[in-house]
Amino acid sequence: MTDVSAPQVKKRTGFQALEVDTRLLGMIGAFLVICFCFNILTEGRFLTPRNIFNLTIQTVSVAIMATGMVFVIVTRHIDLAVGALLATCSAFMAMLQTRYLPDMFGLGLGHPLTPWVTIAAGLLVGSVIGAFQGWLVGFLAIPAFIVTLGGLLVWRNVAWYQTSGQTIGPLDPTFMKFGGINGTLGETWSWIFGILAVAWALWALWSARKAKIAHDFPVKPAWAEATIAGIIAVGILGFIGILNAYQIPERRLERMFEARGETMPEGFTAAYGLPVSVLLLIAVAVAMTLVAQRTRLGRYIFATGGNPDAAELSGINTRMLTVKIFALMGFLCALSAVVASARLTNHSNDIGTLDELRVIAAAVIGGTALAGGIGTIYGAILGALIMQSLQSGMAMVGVDAPLQNIVVGTVLVAAVLIDTIYRKKTGGR
Amino acid sequence: MAPLCEMRDISISFGGVRAVDGVSIHVNPGEVVGLLGHNGAGKSTLIKILSGAYKADSGEIYVEGEKASIATPRDARRYNIETIYQTLALADNLDAASNLFLGRELTNWMGFVDDDKMEAETRRIMARLNPNFRKLKEPVSALSGGQRQSVAIARAVYFNAKILIMDEPTAALGVHETQMVAELIQELKKQGLGIFLISHDTREMLELCDRVSVMKNGQLIGTERVEDVTEDDILSMIIMGKKPDKAA
Ligand SMILES: Nc1ncnc2c1ncn2[C@@H]1O[C@H](COP(=O)(O)OP(=O)(O)O)[C@@H](O)[C@H]1O
Ligand SMILES: [Mg+2]
Repeated sequence: MTDVSAPQVKKRTGFQALEVDTRLLGMIGAFLVICFCFNILTEGRFLTPRNIFNLTIQTVSVAIMATGMVFVIVTRHIDLAVGALLATCSAFMAMLQTRYLPDMFGLGLGHPLTPWVTIAAGLLVGSVIGAFQGWLVGFLAIPAFIVTLGGLLVWRNVAWYQTSGQTIGPLDPTFMKFGGINGTLGETWSWIFGILAVAWALWALWSARKAKIAHDFPVKPAWAEATIAGIIAVGILGFIGILNAYQIPERRLERMFEARGETMPEGFTAAYGLPVSVLLLIAVAVAMTLVAQRTRLGRYIFATGGNPDAAELSGINTRMLTVKIFALMGFLCALSAVVASARLTNHSNDIGTLDELRVIAAAVIGGTALAGGIGTIYGAILGALIMQSLQSGMAMVGVDAPLQNIVVGTVLVAAVLIDTIYRKKTGGR
Repeated sequence: MAPLCEMRDISISFGGVRAVDGVSIHVNPGEVVGLLGHNGAGKSTLIKILSGAYKADSGEIYVEGEKASIATPRDARRYNIETIYQTLALADNLDAASNLFLGRELTNWMGFVDDDKMEAETRRIMARLNPNFRKLKEPVSALSGGQRQSVAIARAVYFNAKILIMDEPTAALGVHETQMVAELIQELKKQGLGIFLISHDTREMLELCDRVSVMKNGQLIGTERVEDVTEDDILSMIIMGKKPDKAA
């Protein structure tokens, strides 16, 4: 009998030895092209630390929801209610922190527990509403399209009722730290985070390689591994470096010192550094990637998307799985509601409007197949980033709002077309 | 002694169609029982009741003499009943190892799925079942019909089945691979498994099985020991729906 435990080693040379995902490369390439084009069109204003900082914090809310949308679409469902659910969660949390907790529960204004109770309650509400929609889809077999189309109308207007359509603010100062510019790590901590992230990435690469060797699986040549490690390290530290290059304006710094009753020393400067909201997105991305690739839940999500009958016959409770996926989506909508309302420093009645389209577009541009079974978390985040840079870039160049939307719509369709062609060429993946 | 597995007076309807109508079959340890009949006779539906995919409207299932309640595929697996479905029931977007362990993933101490270990185990069992199997990393949609069949077979035999259901396991296979499945059945039989085998190939069935049951329009026409019947007897049972006259 032939021995298969010693796998055949196909020699890969040069670029192939890196074994990087060509789809990922394509998306990064598209993103870079967009950035450089806008940078030329705006005479260098697009790729400034300030704009990159803004672009990043504008992307977070949609990107967080897009990671959840990947699971929804992979299992052949859709969620049209994410923007409306974000609004309901945002309204609930705004009312909770400005009215209910201080007045009804007597915590008073500015109680240190207020933001945390608010966030916990908001996440719970989002998850429960999501789970309810998932139950309608999974157990009552109502198509997700219909459940969430109804949800879009229901939750948008539940938000309205909660606040009587009013803008609610200002929000709790600690709560607002999750929005972006009002909560950043500062220079030192940003570097520390960057270095820890690089160390973790290197450790992950190294332990994956070690595990492969332990099982006698083929591994990449050492130089290829080192190249990838180098690119990751430069990428992470470069990003931190750019964010750290964005200095807090002098007047703002002065006010910060005044608020503490001090005077600002002559020539004092400080950078914003990594926003807390981006940290949150990174945490979500890591957690969701772990769920997708390394947990049973993730395995079942992809198996169900690939062949629902096979999943069922393998003993997977696909109905309960649907509830879990929509509950997770609801949780992420609530998390995005924290980020979005904190960024705007208040809850406005139209918060999250059209987000469902942005979120679905981000997931789809990121390579999630509507036919189910295929999609990646990093793809969805990149998709959100591509969408946001297109939108901001066009706004900076001075493209009319209607034309902006026409371009974004066209890009969405074109991206799916390219993806379809790519899949055909590479054999149905 | 009680049979290893017995289905007693099983009926199920879909809408108005009686897909299975009062059928009783059983299998003993180390025995292969064949199910024959035209397309639509109810063979797949009958065994899907045993594998937990469908719930019978009436009738009982006994495993080793004890009444078994099988409502889901998970229940069936708990009774060590493993199934190779006619449709194979593979998730095309996942690789061989993920399919083999679907619903029963190996996990490490942190509770994460251990892909490396599952791949190593898959290599091991594939070396036994189909030595030419190489495409471990690719989604099973990239595999040939025979290779996909091997994955489905591997999944059923890996987990120490006591009762094995094989619904047309050789339908997608070439001559050589069919021969390998036949050898596998003989080997599993020696290990004392009870096997329900469904196939269209009457001659093959007479070689592999100890007894054959013939179904037509959801009903059991009869069960015969293979020594007692000829291929023509079986064919007439399938076509006419009548037991051969045992005049002698
Ligand atoms: N899920 C189902 N829903 C409705 N009818 C079904 C279903 N499964 C099987 N049937 C019907 O039951 C009958 C038996 O089918 P099946 O068990 O697949 O036959 P066989 O495997 O013997 O070819 C057929 O008439 C088929 O149309
Ligand atoms: Mg059949």
